[in-house]
Amino acid sequence: MNTKAKDRIATGVFYAMAMIIVAVLFGLLFYILFHGLQRIDLQFITSSPEFMKAGGGVGPQLFNSLYLLVLTMLITLPLGLGGGIYLAEYAPKNKVTDVIRLSIEVLSSLPSIVVGLFGLMLFVNTMGWGYSILSGAFALTVFNLPLMVRVVEESLSSVPREQKEASFALGITHWATIRKVLLPVALPGILTGAILAAGRIFGEAAALLFTAGMSSPNLNFANWNLLDPASPLNPFRPAETLAVHIWKINSEGLIPDVREVADGASALLVITVLVFNIAARWFGKWLYRRLTAS
Amino acid sequence: MSSPTKQHDSWWKEGVGKVLTTVSASILILTTLAIIYFIASKGLATFFSNGVSLVEFLIGTEWNPEGAPGQFGALPFILGSFIVTVGSALLAAPLGIGTAIFMTEISPRIGQKVMQPVIELLVGIPSVVYGFIGLSVLIPFLRNSFGGVGFSILAGILVLTVMILPTITSLSVDAVKRVPRDLKEASLALGATRWQTIWNIIVLRSSLPGLLMAIILGMARAFGEALAVQMVIGNTTAIPKSLLSPSNTLTSGITLNMGNTIPGSAYNNALWSMGLLLLIMTLIFILLIRWISKRGQA
Repeated sequence: MNTKAKDRIATGVFYAMAMIIVAVLFGLLFYILFHGLQRIDLQFITSSPEFMKAGGGVGPQLFNSLYLLVLTMLITLPLGLGGGIYLAEYAPKNKVTDVIRLSIEVLSSLPSIVVGLFGLMLFVNTMGWGYSILSGAFALTVFNLPLMVRVVEESLSSVPREQKEASFALGITHWATIRKVLLPVALPGILTGAILAAGRIFGEAAALLFTAGMSSPNLNFANWNLLDPASPLNPFRPAETLAVHIWKINSEGLIPDVREVADGASALLVITVLVFNIAARWFGKWLYRRLTAS
Repeated sequence: MSSPTKQHDSWWKEGVGKVLTTVSASILILTTLAIIYFIASKGLATFFSNGVSLVEFLIGTEWNPEGAPGQFGALPFILGSFIVTVGSALLAAPLGIGTAIFMTEISPRIGQKVMQPVIELLVGIPSVVYGFIGLSVLIPFLRNSFGGVGFSILAGILVLTVMILPTITSLSVDAVKRVPRDLKEASLALGATRWQTIWNIIVLRSSLPGLLMAIILGMARAFGEALAVQMVIGNTTAIPKSLLSPSNTLTSGITLNMGNTIPGSAYNNALWSMGLLLLIMTLIFILLIRWISKRGQA
């Protein structure tokens, strides 16, 4: 066989591979959205799930997912900013910095079930928070923090050197330079990364089984008392999220319309991830235009 | 000359920033150490407090932790984890790398406009969704075409393949893009065909380390995935006889039993030992990646 023919065959094979992937991936998306969208309506996303009978919704689960996301972000953002700034601006080239980088690598590649086990032991048992939103939020922080630190560090490092040196030359201190010069320029990148990371935590399930729990108490959305067990805002109540709900109804199989509820919930998750992705791109571009002269 | 108070003031402001950021950074180290300490102390208790033999745990095939005496052979779980990981990598690596080359070298226009956004989106799709699709589409398909229950090692491999494909593809795209343009053009100018250039210059030389890292990261993801695998693999603790027999993995064993066992019991601790194995494998994957990236730079 001559080289020309080989080249042509190889090109054909590459096309075939790409087609297979496109078919599988598009098929998957289409399948989820097609089946799920038939199920999603106002009743589905606002009402509580049913036990043993059909027709339940995922209202509390959707709320739990969002609330958990907000709490996790409240913990992760300041810590992530701090860690990222340290690595980009202060970290000397030494063994300690190497250990920090190794830690980031380990934390970001740990299986989520292992993070869940760690959360079970530290937050649920040792701290005594039980299966609760707070335990779940801290477990999710373990995943999210390394991502955030990386995003912040990369965004800060991509700020042009001249801007930083101009600030130093004006006699402005390092910390003030970071706050007033570097962070505003890096902000679009940081926010884009944060929103993408948020999409990832939104669908996390394995780490939450043993931390946020697999049940959701009856919630009274008029009750805003943080310490009342029926209040949706109480951080010490157990909170089953959308992703956990999909898993639970499939493994328990108690309701007759498992398939429909899981279809709807899957589509909700995928749509949310989609919205996060689009929002991250759009918002980052918009902010960049607002903050710079371009 | 600035007054002493002013100097003190600026030192104080400067110090706050450094202290705050240093504390945040040290939290990363503390968390990592805490995870290793907690998981290891519980995981090792199986062998030191409950008297299970390490050899039995690693190579024993009988898993009956509630029997009298309990049997703690975790090999079926370990084997299951390795088979699904290697199996899915074998399927996903050629497809993912081939697609990455298609996206960068053969049709960058389609690659960037259509495939890149879809693949980025799929990286973010929750694993439970993959598991659920596997459960509702793949399992009936396998049952109808091969008989049996459908829940099987093969189902686990296929679900994981689809799950790690986006990861491997997008990392491979990055690796292929890093190949210097001059190198490719020199190869084409010397009369090499596109295939020869792709195979000899891109795959075998310039981006080999990057491609290997993409595969290993995909494998790490597959090895640690819990729910998607648990939903389709059948959860039968026995050494699998064929690709179509139901099996179990370390992650699915932990997922299913951690909630139903009494903390402190030998059974419960054995599950922590399985968690420790997962942790150790993560560290091994990281070491492999570091080793490859060092070799790649040299």
